[in-house]
Amino acid sequence: MRKIYLDYGATTPVDKKVLAAMMPYFSEKYGNAMSIHSFGQEALEAVEKARKTAAGFFSAKPEEIIFTSGATESNNLVIKGTINAHYGKLGHQMSKSEKPHIITTVFEHHCVLDACKSAEKEGLAEVTFVKPNKDGIISVLDVERAIKSNTILVSVMYVNNEIGTVQPIAQIGKMIKKNNSKILFHTDATQAVNYFDCNVKKLEIDLLSMSAHKIYGPKGIGALYIKAGTQIMQVQHGGGQEFGKRAGTHNVPGIVGLGEAINQIRYQKSNLKNLVSLRGHLINRILKEIPGAKLNGSKIKRSPNNTNFSFKNVEGESLIMMLDMEGVAASTGSACTSGNLEPSHVLMSLGMKHEDAHGSLRMTLGKYTTKKDIDYTVEKLKKIVEKIRKISGNVLADYYSTEK
Amino acid sequence: MQYSKKVIEHFTRPHNQGVIKNPDGVGIVGNPVCGDLMKIYIKVKKDKKRETIENIKFETLGCASAIATSSMITDLAQGKTLDAAMKISRNDVADALEGLPPIKMHCSNLAADALHQAIEDYKSKK
Repeated sequence: MRKIYLDYGATTPVDKKVLAAMMPYFSEKYGNAMSIHSFGQEALEAVEKARKTAAGFFSAKPEEIIFTSGATESNNLVIKGTINAHYGKLGHQMSKSEKPHIITTVFEHHCVLDACKSAEKEGLAEVTFVKPNKDGIISVLDVERAIKSNTILVSVMYVNNEIGTVQPIAQIGKMIKKNNSKILFHTDATQAVNYFDCNVKKLEIDLLSMSAHKIYGPKGIGALYIKAGTQIMQVQHGGGQEFGKRAGTHNVPGIVGLGEAINQIRYQKSNLKNLVSLRGHLINRILKEIPGAKLNGSKIKRSPNNTNFSFKNVEGESLIMMLDMEGVAASTGSACTSGNLEPSHVLMSLGMKHEDAHGSLRMTLGKYTTKKDIDYTVEKLKKIVEKIRKISGNVLADYYSTEK
Repeated sequence: MQYSKKVIEHFTRPHNQGVIKNPDGVGIVGNPVCGDLMKIYIKVKKDKKRETIENIKFETLGCASAIATSSMITDLAQGKTLDAAMKISRNDVADALEGLPPIKMHCSNLAADALHQAIEDYKSKK
């Protein structure tokens, strides 16, 4: 059976060149980058080379890049580390009663949301969650209105992971710095690094999180850009690695892989047009050929690899499972796959009905996606949607008519 | 989360799916908020004092386990007396499907409730 992967937003395959770069650092060059001997120095050299590559990509200095286990850790470190630094600073000034304020959005990844909610619950910070408009875009003005005298951090994702909508990061950065240059601006750029300008100087960003496995690198490695002079306190204590900001033995092969994955991005830029046209082809065919289909999130301000649809009278888990039986891998915002019985918080934040959120399908394309893959998927999808609708019949309409 | 072979079987080829025209009883359970909605139709045969389920069909909007439990309940209830059908529990359905993932035990295992509601509906119309 044909196998088609349309879940690049979940993770990507490791690029063969990335894998080749990593290989020597498992069994041959296995030193600990903190060791003073030649084995250690060899590893350290590789780590610093990757750090330089990452710094170059983000237009940062090498010492402004630290390696973490991924974007989840980077995001946690940002939220917790800036709050900790705030209290650490205030400790000298004897005014611990002043609670810091954080601004974020309701449709961030759960690692940002839950880190903020946890800080709120522990009484360490107050948090404002800004809502997007119905197209999935955060308004600069809404963020500006949320700023208070005790705001220490604004965290807005660059590209939403479910609906692929692109946020006005540069404008938000500019607005914040104009307002109060002491407020830190963080962006979770996990889904953006592959496709969008991540020049932290231009975007006026203080903190930026990313993960290697979304850019054809390995899992379990990521980075955090921390602008020089930014007050952030470590969360994980230990050996003093990463300028004392993130303890733990360096994942040398992972770091090398991250560096090479970033290197490969420039070769992909030429493929971008192709990806955009494939994505357009997928959207056009589905909206034209499947009745009751709707695209979720802005059609224009959208990552080149993302599609997200809702189908009337269809439930997402059933859809994903039947697609999988035909060899197509995709994902859904239905509660049935989330483990917490709630449909996607992202789709709900757009003001969608529960049943439309349950009936959602995310297909994310990547550099190995072909037109044939798209056409095959659409053909299968048409039949599957029809089959599921036959099973669901009129039950939704019947439910509403008996409700009234 | 993993589904049993039996769940996949019933999900891929559901039994007794469809509508009964002029049914003797219908039951509709679930809600769009949780994502699962089930409707059970029954036709009852009266033979002296014995009332049995002569025909049963379902329509379901929901996940794989919602569809599989709907399909299974129709198999379990078909030909049973109303009293026996009322005794079919959610656990009986789950057991007949060789188990459901724990998270699905409550939210998607509503088929028994739909069947009981359809029987009550029939009785209330008598």
